[in-house]
Amino acid sequence: MNRRSFLKTTAATTLVAGVGLPAFAADEPLKIGFIYVGPVGDMGWSYQHDQGRKAIEEKYGDKVKTSFIENVPEGPDAERALTQLALAGNKLIFATSFGFMDATVNVAKKFPDVKFEHATGYKRADNLATYDAKFYQGRAIQGTIGGRMTKTNKIGYIGSFPIPEVYQGINAAYLAAKKVNPDVEMKVVWAYTWFDPAKEADAAAALIADGVDVLLQHTDSTAPQAKAQEAGNVITFGQASDMSSFAPKPRVSSTIDNWAPYYIKRAGEMMDGSWKSEATWGGIDTGMVEIGEISDAVPAEVKAEALKLKDDIASGAVHPFAGPLNKQDGSVFLADGEMATDEQLQSMTFYVEGITAEAPK
Amino acid sequence: MTIGGIDIIGLTAMLMGASTPVLLAATGELVAEKSGVLNLGVEGMMIMGAVAGFAAAVATGNPVLGFVAGALAGALMALLFAFLTQIFLSNQVATGLALTLFGLGLSALIGKGYEGVRPPPTAKLDFGPLADIPVIGPILFSHDWIVYLSLLLVAVVWFVLRYTRAGLILRAVGESHDAAHALGYRVVAVRFAALGFGGALAGLGGAYLSLVRVPQWTEGMTAGAGWIALAIVVFASWRPWRVLLGAYMFGGITALQLQLQAAGYAIPVHILSMAPYVITIIVLVILSALHRHGVQAAPASLGKSFHASS
Repeated sequence: MNRRSFLKTTAATTLVAGVGLPAFAADEPLKIGFIYVGPVGDMGWSYQHDQGRKAIEEKYGDKVKTSFIENVPEGPDAERALTQLALAGNKLIFATSFGFMDATVNVAKKFPDVKFEHATGYKRADNLATYDAKFYQGRAIQGTIGGRMTKTNKIGYIGSFPIPEVYQGINAAYLAAKKVNPDVEMKVVWAYTWFDPAKEADAAAALIADGVDVLLQHTDSTAPQAKAQEAGNVITFGQASDMSSFAPKPRVSSTIDNWAPYYIKRAGEMMDGSWKSEATWGGIDTGMVEIGEISDAVPAEVKAEALKLKDDIASGAVHPFAGPLNKQDGSVFLADGEMATDEQLQSMTFYVEGITAEAPK
Repeated sequence: MTIGGIDIIGLTAMLMGASTPVLLAATGELVAEKSGVLNLGVEGMMIMGAVAGFAAAVATGNPVLGFVAGALAGALMALLFAFLTQIFLSNQVATGLALTLFGLGLSALIGKGYEGVRPPPTAKLDFGPLADIPVIGPILFSHDWIVYLSLLLVAVVWFVLRYTRAGLILRAVGESHDAAHALGYRVVAVRFAALGFGGALAGLGGAYLSLVRVPQWTEGMTAGAGWIALAIVVFASWRPWRVLLGAYMFGGITALQLQLQAAGYAIPVHILSMAPYVITIIVLVILSALHRHGVQAAPASLGKSFHASS
């Protein structure tokens, strides 16, 4: 092949590709990618995101094609996984863990034509939106049930990482519990993992050994549920997913992350071209946070009280963080009559007054 | 007994359970290494034991059969390793690493259907009034049978290695396979047996993890326990009772840091988490300094391939 014909062929190929592409694009399904921090079988956090992914497929059928990469460690590997998804032609990519934040920001810069969505983060760009659920609303309901039901007056909380989302959960649960039971004490163990069944089980065992009989978890596996069941007299709450295989006891209720409506909405916006980068923070009112069935192990009046709180939070009549409220060191967080703004909550890295544990530094 | 808000008795009882998987795997690896084979596939054998034990226990409803299946799965993995390294003389380090990766992948595949399933419970042994003795009762008489089995195995391994002819042959093979071969001992057969035993114990440790300690199956649930077992063998300078000490120390530090947190201390978790590894490195340094002119702590033929030339 001589030089001239090579150039001609190349030009022709380019032309064909250039003309052909838009025509193909109309028929080709919208490709949507996901990365998960745990396995889809964790029966918790990643499982719920995968349910959302399946909901997209169910809703749009042939018009979309979804794929996912599970067990992606937070850190450099996440960047590789995201790049891989972008190169594979995914036009909308969901990064579903807090620790994927910087990786998502970097990859979003490299692929301006691809839209990214980062769960629970706060860094946005023109092609990078964030979305999150107000898990703390669910924690307030768990705190109410726990505060009423504890006999040892000790509530345990398995924290994952010291980030705002987890502090919100600890504080909301404590405030709600203290409201119904002034003697309640909050015990916190940081596991420094989202998903490590053996470590979560050990953390649960340590808390139970310390006298805790209400166990809240911010980690994703069902290992703490299994430990609580073994101990017998401990109640737990499903985290992220319903974890109903442990109902009616130890699991007495749960917070369920329902991402499906949001994922369907955003996929639809991609198709009609109205997708915008924005920050979504849905709560009980939008259905993003669901409260799993409160089992019969909970006394009827406590159940009624919890359900009323759920309705009040949904209607806005009650805010889990309402003043007067001090930080652990005694300084004022909210004045009387004030309610925490979303911005205040999203930067919450302290315990509220009354929690005796020391926050990690 | 409570010191600084920490229940020492509870902590001791807890660390015994928490350390058992690693103790079993490390005891098995000790025997394998004493025969002169370095098997880095402990993690892979453990996780295969975890998934096979879980599957068998769920299928039969009998946790004892689960432990048997876990040990068998670990032993099978080890025999695969033995076949490659002893018959085909493949590189032991590379084969061991491959065994780990193979085990992690295969177990994830097998385990897909078992996620979220609950295994039949393993009961604690009932010692009757013994369990009510203060201090000793909760520490010594509050466990399931695998914990006692793991302690018994340490004692048996120690006794066999030290006082029996079989132990002497095993050690001879590990120190100098050429000399052992010249004396007429079947080096490859001894190593097959040692590796199989090591694999069975690693598998048993894995099954303990998925059936008792967590208890459920999740992908990648060993989370590095196999590597800790390897570190403990070195830490113990290839002596069984020191393996016990090392395993309980590693387990104890994990249990302690969680209990300290539960008691309300803000502790530097990361420093405590790395402490066992730092101690292992220090022990290695001390060992190499002590043995500079004398005998090495490691079996002399460790990691070397044996090929009978005549």
